[in-house]
Amino acid sequence: MEAKVEERPAIRVEAPAVPQKKEGALPVEQHELKMKASDVNLWYGEKQALFDVNLEMFGQSVTALIGPSGCGKSTFLRCLDRMNDVIDGCRVEGDIRLDGQDIYAPRVDPVQLRARVGMVFQKPNPFPKSIFENVAYGPRIHGLCKTKADYTEIVEKSLTRAGLWEEVKDRLDESGTGLSGGQQQRLCIARAISVNPEVLLMDEPCSALDPIATAKIETLMDELKQNLCIVIVTHSMQQAARVSQRTAFFHLGKLVEVDETSKIFTNPTDQRTQDYVTGRFG
Amino acid sequence: MSDAQVIGAEATDDWGSDQARRRVRRRYAADRRLQAYGIIAISLAVGLLGVLVTSLVSTGYPAFIQTKVDLPIYIDPAKVDPQDPRSGKYRALVREAVDKAVPGIPDDQKRSIGKILSSDASYIVRDYVVDHPDVIGKTITLPIAVSDPYDQLYKGVIPKEVDALNWTQVAWFDRLENRGLVVEHDGRKSLKLDVYVNPEIVEAGPPPSGDFAVLAQSSLKAYLPRIIDTSLVEMLAADAPEAIGDRIAADPGIIGKTVQIYFPLSPHYVTLANGETPKILNSRFSEDQLEAFDLLDEKGLVRTPFNWELFFNADSRFPERAGLAGAITGSFYALLVCFLLSFPIGIAAAVYLEEFAPKNRFTDLIEVNINNLAAVPSVVFGLLGLAVFLGFFGLPRSAPLVGGMVLSLMTLPTIIITTRAALKAVPPSIREAALGVGASKHQVMMHHVLPLALPGILTGTIIGMAQALGETAPLLLIGMNAFIPSVENMGILEPATALPTQIFSWADSPERGFVSRTSAAILVLLGFLVIMNIIAITLRQMFQRKW
Repeated sequence: MEAKVEERPAIRVEAPAVPQKKEGALPVEQHELKMKASDVNLWYGEKQALFDVNLEMFGQSVTALIGPSGCGKSTFLRCLDRMNDVIDGCRVEGDIRLDGQDIYAPRVDPVQLRARVGMVFQKPNPFPKSIFENVAYGPRIHGLCKTKADYTEIVEKSLTRAGLWEEVKDRLDESGTGLSGGQQQRLCIARAISVNPEVLLMDEPCSALDPIATAKIETLMDELKQNLCIVIVTHSMQQAARVSQRTAFFHLGKLVEVDETSKIFTNPTDQRTQDYVTGRFG
Repeated sequence: MSDAQVIGAEATDDWGSDQARRRVRRRYAADRRLQAYGIIAISLAVGLLGVLVTSLVSTGYPAFIQTKVDLPIYIDPAKVDPQDPRSGKYRALVREAVDKAVPGIPDDQKRSIGKILSSDASYIVRDYVVDHPDVIGKTITLPIAVSDPYDQLYKGVIPKEVDALNWTQVAWFDRLENRGLVVEHDGRKSLKLDVYVNPEIVEAGPPPSGDFAVLAQSSLKAYLPRIIDTSLVEMLAADAPEAIGDRIAADPGIIGKTVQIYFPLSPHYVTLANGETPKILNSRFSEDQLEAFDLLDEKGLVRTPFNWELFFNADSRFPERAGLAGAITGSFYALLVCFLLSFPIGIAAAVYLEEFAPKNRFTDLIEVNINNLAAVPSVVFGLLGLAVFLGFFGLPRSAPLVGGMVLSLMTLPTIIITTRAALKAVPPSIREAALGVGASKHQVMMHHVLPLALPGILTGTIIGMAQALGETAPLLLIGMNAFIPSVENMGILEPATALPTQIFSWADSPERGFVSRTSAAILVLLGFLVIMNIIAITLRQMFQRKW
């Protein structure tokens, strides 16, 4: 663990990285602890949006965040790669660690953090550039490639991982915005994984897609989680049940319950979770 | 309460009721009314634009052609030294050429005939010879612009003859005619007037004497009450008063009595009495000049080619030689300075305000003030430029540099506002996408937001530039309405004029030829504006991207 930190000197080591694998005895937690949020409070101006959120996210697994609209799950997701930084009047308190390093430490560069923590948004948002450029953009700004061949390789690899290569390999020069909605979203995923992130955050990635495209993305997530820690916000409980290993239920800015997915959907501890997953409110 | 509920329930439930139908009809009527207002407003605007353009084109088109005489000129080596062609006696050459083209002019009229040609004729010849020194000793045929009155005459803008009588004179004569006082007498059209042969004025003679003219005039005035216009006594022919003398000679007994006397009419009024409109030669021409001009025309030497000089000549006191080259050059330099200053500064300011500035009272104040600056009258910017750039910094007067600086003060708010709007219009999803893959703020800006906002920025900039191109007041205040007779020495720091100020000074000039040239210059200015707008639209479509 220690060695891995040193590979990324820009992120200062705030505290010794202590893997906390011992917590709980669930199978998924046999994986390494990737991100850990402790006592996260967040304010938009005067209004508090998150209250004391504690959540652990594990590598090689999918963590789903569910809850009614406005409960703070997207807000929490955006804390994980510091996307809230660009919002005026947004204030975050608490401790969020990636591999044991505090990502809100003063010396942490949010730009480099976002190279390690990729994000896919609700609405497919490819750049109005060619498909090739869309994928090559991340490696380019982080200086990952030297030659044209490197770019070609990384673009092919990323598109293949995103399951889009076969569909677009003949038209890499065409605009990314000319693809269908599902293809655009997979292009965005390819763009996000092109810089080899360790964590992939997905903010309702399928809410703008039809069921077939959704199914493709879900399959893709299953494959991607072999190498990644995926955190997904979703409104569809079926989706959460299908793709995730762990599920966290948010309500009114508070994390109500987090557990193995099967347990949340079959035998939740909290009455509110019970009500929500059975469709009694929401 | 319960009543109201019942009525309301009826009204909403029964869609087939009269009330409901009336409501639907009223709604449709209101829709149609709104549409009609819009159509009326648009047709009014289009109509007014049409009137403007039509009037400009109809007054301006004569300026696009120029009447010229193809004058064969012998470049006499005795008068033009081949070593120093610049200081030849070109005036004499032109006079000789005119002599040859219009033979038989008496010496005393030679000067007057020469005025058919532009006063610049000798300079036209000189410039040609200086450019082509090998023509010395040969005869060349040069198209020489004719002077303004003959130019206007040939184009049909002003008539050769004008009405001899004004409308009051015609009206009063009509009145006398309606009373049956205009009669044929002794073969001459005459006025039949009652005359009191005043013994204090006339004496029987013989021969009869006295101030007959006064008597005739006073008796005419008796028929035209409340007339101050003394020109009306010219109605009577010069020999008319003699009619009184003739009557007295025939019958001295009429002295002291009132008798009818026939006064012959003066020639113009005779024409009028015959039902024609009396004409006299326009005072800007003389018979000799017209004769010579007609002779040149008969020889086929007078042509009206397209007036390229309107675009390639600089300003001149003589409308037939005046062109817009100086103004176009000056406007170009001023706009260049304006663009170089306001484009980078405007974009930098807009990007900072939109993307980086913290939201606080101070930035709010800056924002409000930028918006207010866009509404400041341009003449105020002109005064500012006069006080600061000329007064304080001591920059050169009338120079395009200062003009461009003043204009950039005006275009800056426009550019900043449109750039900010364009930046705002870039969807946040693009910024998020770029931030999400780890682009820094600067990279998001330079790689994604600015390129996407570019069409909007360019449109705003070109519209701002077009505004600046048409701006007059600030340029007048810093003196950028200099008289520039040659484009040779123009530069950023040299005195210059600009298109709108050129229009202003031409509109102020009394010569007839400047009337059409003013309209033509306005058309040229409008042409540039249209071109700039087309560029703006083209650029926008070229860079437009979908997302």
